[in-house]
Amino acid sequence: MLELIDIHKTYEGKPLLSGVSFSVEAGETVCLLGASGSGKSTLLRIIAGLESPESGQVLWDGADLVSVPVHQRNFGLVFQDYALFPHLTVAENVAFGLKMQNLPQDEIKLRVTGLLEQVNLSGFANRHVTDLSGGEQQRVALARALAPRPRLLMFDEPLGALDRALKDHLLEELRNILHGSEVPAIYVTHDQEEAFAIADRIVLLHDGQIVQAGSPAEVFARPASVWVANFLGLGNVIEGKWLGGERVETSLGVLGVDWGTEASRGESVALLIRPECVKLTEDGTGLKGRVADVLFQKNGFRVTLESGLYFYAPTPPQVGTELSFTLEAECLG
Amino acid sequence: MTLPINREETKLRRFFLRFFASSRLNSRPFLWLFPLGFIGLFFFYPLSRILTYSFDLSVLTPENLRLTSSVLLFTLYQAFLSTLLTLIAGLPAAYLFARFDFPGKALLRALTAVPFMLPTVVVAAGFNALLGPRGWLNLGLMNVFGLEVPLIQFVGTLGAILLAHIFYNTTIVIRVVGSALSQLDPRLEGAARTLGANSRRAWWHVTLPLLRPSLLAAGLLVFLFDFTSFGVILLLGGPGFATLEVETYIQALQMLNLPLAGLLSAVQLLCTLFFSVLYTRVVAKTHVQASPRAAQYNICRARVWREKVFVAGLGFLLITFFVLPMLALPLRSVSRLEAARGQRTDVQYGLTTDYYSELFVNRRGSLFYVPPIQAALNSLGYAGLTVLFSLLMGFPAASALARPGKLERWLDPLLVLPLGASAVTLGLGFIISFNRPPLRLLASPWLIPLAHTMVALPFVIRTLQPALASIPERLRDAASALGASPFRAWLTVDWPIIWRASLAAVTFAFTVSLGEFGATALLTRPEYPTIPIAIYRFLSQPGGLNYGQAMAMASMLMVLATVGILLIERLRLPGAREF
Repeated sequence: MLELIDIHKTYEGKPLLSGVSFSVEAGETVCLLGASGSGKSTLLRIIAGLESPESGQVLWDGADLVSVPVHQRNFGLVFQDYALFPHLTVAENVAFGLKMQNLPQDEIKLRVTGLLEQVNLSGFANRHVTDLSGGEQQRVALARALAPRPRLLMFDEPLGALDRALKDHLLEELRNILHGSEVPAIYVTHDQEEAFAIADRIVLLHDGQIVQAGSPAEVFARPASVWVANFLGLGNVIEGKWLGGERVETSLGVLGVDWGTEASRGESVALLIRPECVKLTEDGTGLKGRVADVLFQKNGFRVTLESGLYFYAPTPPQVGTELSFTLEAECLG
Repeated sequence: MTLPINREETKLRRFFLRFFASSRLNSRPFLWLFPLGFIGLFFFYPLSRILTYSFDLSVLTPENLRLTSSVLLFTLYQAFLSTLLTLIAGLPAAYLFARFDFPGKALLRALTAVPFMLPTVVVAAGFNALLGPRGWLNLGLMNVFGLEVPLIQFVGTLGAILLAHIFYNTTIVIRVVGSALSQLDPRLEGAARTLGANSRRAWWHVTLPLLRPSLLAAGLLVFLFDFTSFGVILLLGGPGFATLEVETYIQALQMLNLPLAGLLSAVQLLCTLFFSVLYTRVVAKTHVQASPRAAQYNICRARVWREKVFVAGLGFLLITFFVLPMLALPLRSVSRLEAARGQRTDVQYGLTTDYYSELFVNRRGSLFYVPPIQAALNSLGYAGLTVLFSLLMGFPAASALARPGKLERWLDPLLVLPLGASAVTLGLGFIISFNRPPLRLLASPWLIPLAHTMVALPFVIRTLQPALASIPERLRDAASALGASPFRAWLTVDWPIIWRASLAAVTFAFTVSLGEFGATALLTRPEYPTIPIAIYRFLSQPGGLNYGQAMAMASMLMVLATVGILLIERLRLPGAREF
């Protein structure tokens, strides 16, 4: 439905987006994931029509949107910090888009009531938006964006300012609303947990370029680059030299690699060692390493060896003791 | 041999220690008692005298009431019209400054701000030099078309008053509305656009309602200034247009009808008080605006051609409007452009310094008993005294208000109330109050600097107070904890902040005194004219030489005032409130 082709944008001479292309299909939720400054929000503003790309095309069902002004695109956008109209009540905020469509008063009232019910804000119609909590404001913003029945919904870090528990709760509600409708959605965030929770497909942005796109499971299982593995915090990334025969020489020793692209002998490669792939051995066989640091975290004790390798253990070893372990490494493309 | 010196030193040290320690304990009566007494004697007492004067039943004759109400109506009418036009002129300019970045922006912004503090006589002289009967435009047209009388009637029209008021106050709209506009979250407009509003409807339904409080505040402030305007109306309006201020002046000085002047003044006072209270309440509301954003986020260069035309066109208009009168004045003061009588085309052109050198000559039958340049010396003397007085009063008052206790919070409005009163009212109050023993000051040369101090003091206090309040107490403690003596601590922490604010306050008082016209017009004595008074007398006399001397003097005052204004701008504490 929505297709972006080779979008370029610079800001004050610095490239912001350099050649971004992707598409969104009907009913699909695509998540743009990237660190701040990666150009995600700019991309949303370009799709909305609030900014124009320097080159590239934005197509909707094959038709170029370049000459369609913002207010005629009918794309809903939920802003970061919501951008609710502070001089209007909750109901007036939600009704704004309907008023712009010049709908009759009765219908506006009816639809606003329905929308407020949908986002669990039934009693809030005449409240001032400045009196609402963050979570309530977020729901108003959602209802306001949904009201004109947009062809596409966009979210710009919609849960950024909320605390963890509220975030999880709202994320659940949001997913139900999105999956219950055929409206495609683009969700921008820097928070991978949010992204993995809500996305049908994840598009990873880095320095204005797409570094990987795919389903959450695919991205998680097959990180496309060192940067992706590091950004997602998938595990230890170490440099090595390809020896051939699925063996790689690293600072830890020569490791066997069970999956990877074929590389020529002597070429440098990067390996990903997920913490769960580090297995301690009781009999002292395998690789050896001395414990440098132990840290309590929610998924166990994080043990860091002097070589920099980290993994999780159910019981804390003493700092300075020598451990022996085996590990499985994956090759990063 | 060294012992006595040492003892002297410790004495001095002890004095300093006590002095600097005392500056921390501010809520002490002696700090504000003196300034409050001063304001009581030179502000509240004269004002109460005016009120008791005008509540005399013999003043309230039908004739007087008719005159007062018609003058009041005209005052309201011209103020309303001026305000409306100023808003119309200022809104696009506010938008320009709040939303766009363009070369020369800071300079243009400063240019629009200069008129606000320029002495009225300078502005009047500037417009006169541009559009008056002997101004550039008329002389040019007369020359081109061979006319004998000026083509454009400007001086003595309502248009002249309105134009000068716009010239003065547009900067208020630019600053007040512009700052609201630049703090407005630009995503609100974006949100409206994605919800289906075109740019016109987004402006109408979102931006304008959010700007309403600041528009109202700016409008009221402009109205207040236009309502109390005196010099512009007297000098550019001429005898046909009498506002409360001008009529007060005429009744007091020309008709010698002090009771009627008192009545007019009382009406003026009550109106000003009403509008000031209204303004304060509106301002209190504007500060609860939701979601202020960093201003930087909004500003960008013009991109599409429509924006470029807007920026370039409006920029050009603003430069023309704000620079031409101020350029016409000094140029006119060095140009001889006199058509000799009867010979219509024979105009003598040329550069001349005659108008300046004539200022030093004491001619028989001239407007003064002294060479006109004496007025400049008088003005400088008065300004020096004003600086002295207002610092003497301003420092203790400001330091008391900087760390307010219960009492100081209550005193604060009292100390700055004179801000709202007009200078003419003050002058009249002085005339009525100090004309008999024990306070027979009318003939004293101290009276004018005292009046100027009264005008300048609220500004001085408002300049010093935020600076003194901003001195971080903990920094001083930190300095002491690190081993600095109280004096060293004071020198490193307090002094850098204080000297800046003091210099700004000094410049402020000096500039205000140099240009003050309203109170001086009522209190001045023929043999001690000030610069503005001299300009006024020159302007109201016929003849090319008088006109030229007015231009010369106004140019000098303009240069002095502009230097002062720019200095104050440079010294302004970042983030300090402007009005």
